[in-house]
Amino acid sequence: MKFLPLVWAGLKRKKLRTALTFLSIFVAFMLFAFLGALKVALGGGVEMAGQDRLITRHKVSLIQTLPESYKNRIQSVKGVGAVCHQTWFGGLYQDDPKNFFASMPVEPASFLDMFPEFVLKDSEKQAWLATRTGAIVGRMTSERFKWKIGDRIPIKSPIWGQPAGMGQWEFEVVGIFDAKKKGGDTSSLYFRYDYFEEARQKNKGQVGWYTVRIADPQKAASIAAEIDENFANSPYETKTEAEGAFAAGFAQQIGDIASIVMAVVGAVFFTILLVAGNTMAQSVRERTSELGVLKAMGFTNRRVLSLVMFESCLIAILGGFGGLGIAWLISLGGSPVPSMLPVFYIPTNNLVIGAVLAVALGVIAGALPAVQAMRLKISEALRRGA
Amino acid sequence: MSTTTDTLVHISNVTKTFKRGSEEIHVLSGLDLDVRDGEFLALMGPSGSGKSTLLNLIGGLDRPTAGNVQIGADRVDQLSDKQLAAWRARHIGFVFQFYNLLPALTAERNIELPLLLTHLNKAARRQHVAAALEAVGLAHRAKHFPRTLSGGEQQRVGIARAIVTDPTVLLCDEPTGDLDRKSGDEILSLLQSLNKDHGKTIIMVTHDPHASARASRTVHLDKGQLSTEPVS
Repeated sequence: MKFLPLVWAGLKRKKLRTALTFLSIFVAFMLFAFLGALKVALGGGVEMAGQDRLITRHKVSLIQTLPESYKNRIQSVKGVGAVCHQTWFGGLYQDDPKNFFASMPVEPASFLDMFPEFVLKDSEKQAWLATRTGAIVGRMTSERFKWKIGDRIPIKSPIWGQPAGMGQWEFEVVGIFDAKKKGGDTSSLYFRYDYFEEARQKNKGQVGWYTVRIADPQKAASIAAEIDENFANSPYETKTEAEGAFAAGFAQQIGDIASIVMAVVGAVFFTILLVAGNTMAQSVRERTSELGVLKAMGFTNRRVLSLVMFESCLIAILGGFGGLGIAWLISLGGSPVPSMLPVFYIPTNNLVIGAVLAVALGVIAGALPAVQAMRLKISEALRRGA
Repeated sequence: MSTTTDTLVHISNVTKTFKRGSEEIHVLSGLDLDVRDGEFLALMGPSGSGKSTLLNLIGGLDRPTAGNVQIGADRVDQLSDKQLAAWRARHIGFVFQFYNLLPALTAERNIELPLLLTHLNKAARRQHVAAALEAVGLAHRAKHFPRTLSGGEQQRVGIARAIVTDPTVLLCDEPTGDLDRKSGDEILSLLQSLNKDHGKTIIMVTHDPHASARASRTVHLDKGQLSTEPVS
């Protein structure tokens, strides 16, 4: 620690250059952290998908609906444990497109059985089963709109129009659910299918897609094939796939996000590495005579190498950890666009990888100038200084 | 050359040759020199005569091509790089023509640098620094950065840094070369005082006869050889 003032003096020598180097590293690592969060946001559903669940949807597209009667036929396929359905409702709160969130009519009992990752109090579950207009809403959306149990929520659906006999769709909040795992989606609202079926004025008896639980995930492919075979050559042919693949399908609609993220991060890091490496090399070149003086005093080659490496690592760690830290603090505030990216957090392993990369950046950027400083001949360095 | 009991620096048959491409440049050729403990030696000679090269060999900054360099009981020419670094830290104090202070450190931090290589704790280091500053008459400038000090003051800080570890030998490479006459005289008086009052052995390279007159002995170097007479 007694050498810290000496290292610090090296950084203070050109304050503006040090500040700019720090800022570039800071911004790069903040970007790295946010890109990690974005990757989670876009592919979150894939990671949260159950290994033992399949999705059966219309073969043509997700927009096409399927008959409700398919439920029993899917249920009868060997290896299928449970089946539940959902239908895209597309709710807007207060008729404002910015207030969009996912909302689906479901059958409460089969739905909660199918998705144990949603944590709901027992009393709230009972209330939902007892209330036809009842809805449960995720913690994130309830906090976003400041909804509480007992509130009556008017929601507009651009797809389903007005309900029969009523001016607008209205639901009573009977439960607020949390996610069992960190990063689980708590942005959706689920309401009762029987209420929806009775009140909707079109497409009666049609549902969006089925979620199918299977007993043995190893047999997913054969069960999926059998389900689809059941409905082959019908007006409503199906496509059954693993829930993870279904979620990935959503993400891939806007490109190969993971590849884009890695390409951007890679380019940024390479640039930062060049900038930091060049800065360190320049700084060492400018201090040739100073390093010569230190060696003349008795600083060993190895100590001079350590000082330069320490200086490089210090700025990389301060910038890198600072960027990661600030990004993490900002991410605690939640998604900047909750309607588009409800799941938004920086995974712990991304922070750890970022921290390791910051140290690696310091080591790599400092290595060449440190070796140059170590090999510096004292008489030569002093002559150059003169 | 025989070595008397009070000989501190004993240089015997030293040769130094530099290579520049295929050309060999003989800077020192079979040079002998003894410096007594407590002596103030001025080393004079024209540019390129090998003064600084000789000083570098005595200070362990470079190795001779042939010959012996012995300081006290140590054969400096036989030490490894690591041993040389430790030896320099213990035995040598350098004073440079252009002061060579670290611009981002205050005067006291600059003086403290050689002490970072010792086992002294912070309080002890501060005491040594204060004593060195007192010795060069700059106690009131301890917190100042080099850019706020005059040339003479910077060289005083350079001398304080050189003596703070109480080295065996003080090696000064044209210590007044960048100073005006008045500041140069002050520095020379300070060096004289360190030699006379504190018994410090000093070897000073200089071009200036006025500076060499302050030394207890002057030797002249020309074409790699020493003489007691000035080079014409």
